[in-house]
Amino acid sequence: MSVDLKIVENKQMIAPPKTSASLWDWVRNNLFNNWYNTILTFVAGFIIIGIAYNVLSWVLFEAQWTVITNNYRLFMVGRYPLSELWRIWSLLTIVSFMFGLCSGSFKGTILRLSGILAGIYLIHLLAPFTASSSKVWLAVQLAGLVIGFLIALKLPYNKRIAIIGWVITIPLVFFFIHGFGILPEVRTTFWNGLLLTVLLAGVAIILSFPLGVLLALGRTSKLPAIKYFCIGYIELIRAVPLITIFLMAQVLIPLFLPTGLTIDNLLRVMLGATLFTAAYAAENVRGGLQSIPNGQYEAAKAIGLNPFQTTFFIVLPQALRAIIPTIVGQSISMFKDTSLVAIVGLLDLLGIAQSVKSNPEFLGRHMEVYIYIAFVYWVIAYSMSYSSRRIEKSLGVGER
Amino acid sequence: MAQSQSSVEVSPMAKSEETIITCEGINKWFGDMHVLKDVNLTIKKGEVLVILGPSGSGKSTFIRTINGLEPIQKGHIEIDGVSLTHDIKDIEAIRRETGMVFQQFNLFPHMTILKNIMLGPIWVKKKPKAEAEKIARELLERVGIPEQADKYPGQLSGGQQQRVAIARALAMQPEIMLFDEPTSALDPEMIKEVLDVMKELARSGITMLCVTHEMGFAREVADRIVLFDGGEIVETGTPEELFDNPKHERTKLFLSQIL
Ligand SMILES: Nc1ncnc2c1ncn2[C@@H]1O[C@H](COP(=O)(O)OP(=O)(O)OP(=O)(O)O)[C@@H](O)[C@H]1O
Ligand SMILES: [Mg+2]
Repeated sequence: MSVDLKIVENKQMIAPPKTSASLWDWVRNNLFNNWYNTILTFVAGFIIIGIAYNVLSWVLFEAQWTVITNNYRLFMVGRYPLSELWRIWSLLTIVSFMFGLCSGSFKGTILRLSGILAGIYLIHLLAPFTASSSKVWLAVQLAGLVIGFLIALKLPYNKRIAIIGWVITIPLVFFFIHGFGILPEVRTTFWNGLLLTVLLAGVAIILSFPLGVLLALGRTSKLPAIKYFCIGYIELIRAVPLITIFLMAQVLIPLFLPTGLTIDNLLRVMLGATLFTAAYAAENVRGGLQSIPNGQYEAAKAIGLNPFQTTFFIVLPQALRAIIPTIVGQSISMFKDTSLVAIVGLLDLLGIAQSVKSNPEFLGRHMEVYIYIAFVYWVIAYSMSYSSRRIEKSLGVGER
Repeated sequence: MAQSQSSVEVSPMAKSEETIITCEGINKWFGDMHVLKDVNLTIKKGEVLVILGPSGSGKSTFIRTINGLEPIQKGHIEIDGVSLTHDIKDIEAIRRETGMVFQQFNLFPHMTILKNIMLGPIWVKKKPKAEAEKIARELLERVGIPEQADKYPGQLSGGQQQRVAIARALAMQPEIMLFDEPTSALDPEMIKEVLDVMKELARSGITMLCVTHEMGFAREVADRIVLFDGGEIVETGTPEELFDNPKHERTKLFLSQIL
């Protein structure tokens, strides 16, 4: 008994001094500590309660969410043919499995992202409006996540396998969506909704990154031709709004192409988004390169590394690590900016939203539609910024 | 030539008569500033040369010309039979022969200690990974910190980092080691551990050029001391000659300020 008591005493001694003993104390000290704060608290309180009441009563009683639930497939994949929908589910299963595999291999941030993903699947699985066939597929997704996770725990070299897995997954995704002659072809005009948004953002983010690194390295090159080409490209693109690039991709490029030759509409837009993002990525990478102290270059030279080795083993790893938060920030804005393609007539998540709200059957339901897609954008963007913050923190080890 | 004979007597290690570094008429300008003025110096294989001089006298610049970190505008440098020209092939050949230790350690912060040391042997000397790791572990043993192999540089003390930097340079099995004020960035209690490693190295027979302000070290291990001032070599001699019997006014002035 006396031993127990001692431990309790010690704990109390170690604990930090408490600034607010209870909720009530906190309220008194922060909200009602003098007469004008009290007034402010009441005024603010009434405003907040008023807004919250109105919002809640609208969300729960007035809003007619059938506009979302009846059109759920449109929001997700748009006009992708119903008979081929299994392909989207299959590729999603592969992606879920890969998320599981990475969670088991790397733990940390990716594990939490998978948690969020699992939560989203679960909510849809439990939602009353989900079609029963979709429920089966959603259960498959959850199984994919879990199985991937469990396999990674048992696998040797799981990190390497996970990375190779992603490299294989990406072309596989396009194979499933498009078909490429093996499966029946689904033309890109039928890739709509969230599918299009994620594809467009994914392609632009993934491809623009290596391109940006090359441009940034080119900008520091000693060869004037390369150097000035890179500077010219970066400065030109950064001076042009993204919407202009989309309009050019949509309208101008077909005009300049010789008759008979056509480039797929979506491909042009993806190219535009990639080239645009690459210019910004290049500037971010350049910032990272400039943060590397000269001593690192000298040490690399002194042990005899050639310029190529110095760049790839010493400079780039440190530069990229330093700019991870910036890269993620840029990816988030790219993800949101893909919504501009709705203006040039593509049916991404926003484009679908616009076509749904102009459906006479759901006249006047635009609030519900916009709130829903805003929420979808928010969940994805927030997940990205959340992982960025976690990565930033976890990079403490290994940095100086 | 009398100097090199006396150095034979000073050091227990017999110096060969073979020249390893020849510097002839080296001139270097930073813009309009003339930082190295007609520097001539030959160094024998296995010799331990300490470079002294006031701040801004060009010591760092000189030692950095030897492995081509600073290009020179006039003069000729030859290392172990290879002329240091502007050709990157020659420069890289010379860098494989020389190891350098910097005042600020300049370890690679994103790699473990072991990886820092293995990088050169693997990518420059093209050694198999297992052999490179063996070399790295032996060297960590030699500099007295085998237990730090898997840490990152940021987790080590300054003295430990500098010893890793020495191990990293030695991993290339160089003929020549260049030190630019290796203890100047260290807290006093860590200076000794680094100097001890350097003393052991000096006795091992490797050719060493060392810029330092550690007079005790210079007196104990140097075969020859060179005094720089204003970008010129003012005086050269054994530690005894230079410390106990300086000939030049500028040497006397420098020693009076530092001792
Ligand atoms: N990269 C550079 N650009 C311009 N001037 C330089 C550069 N590096 C050195 N200098 C100048 O050259 C002169 C010699 O510098 P150096 O670093 O060789 O001196 P030092 O003898 O090593 O001095 P210290 O004991 O302070 O390290 C100094 O006047 C310095 O200001
Ligand atoms: Mg110096």
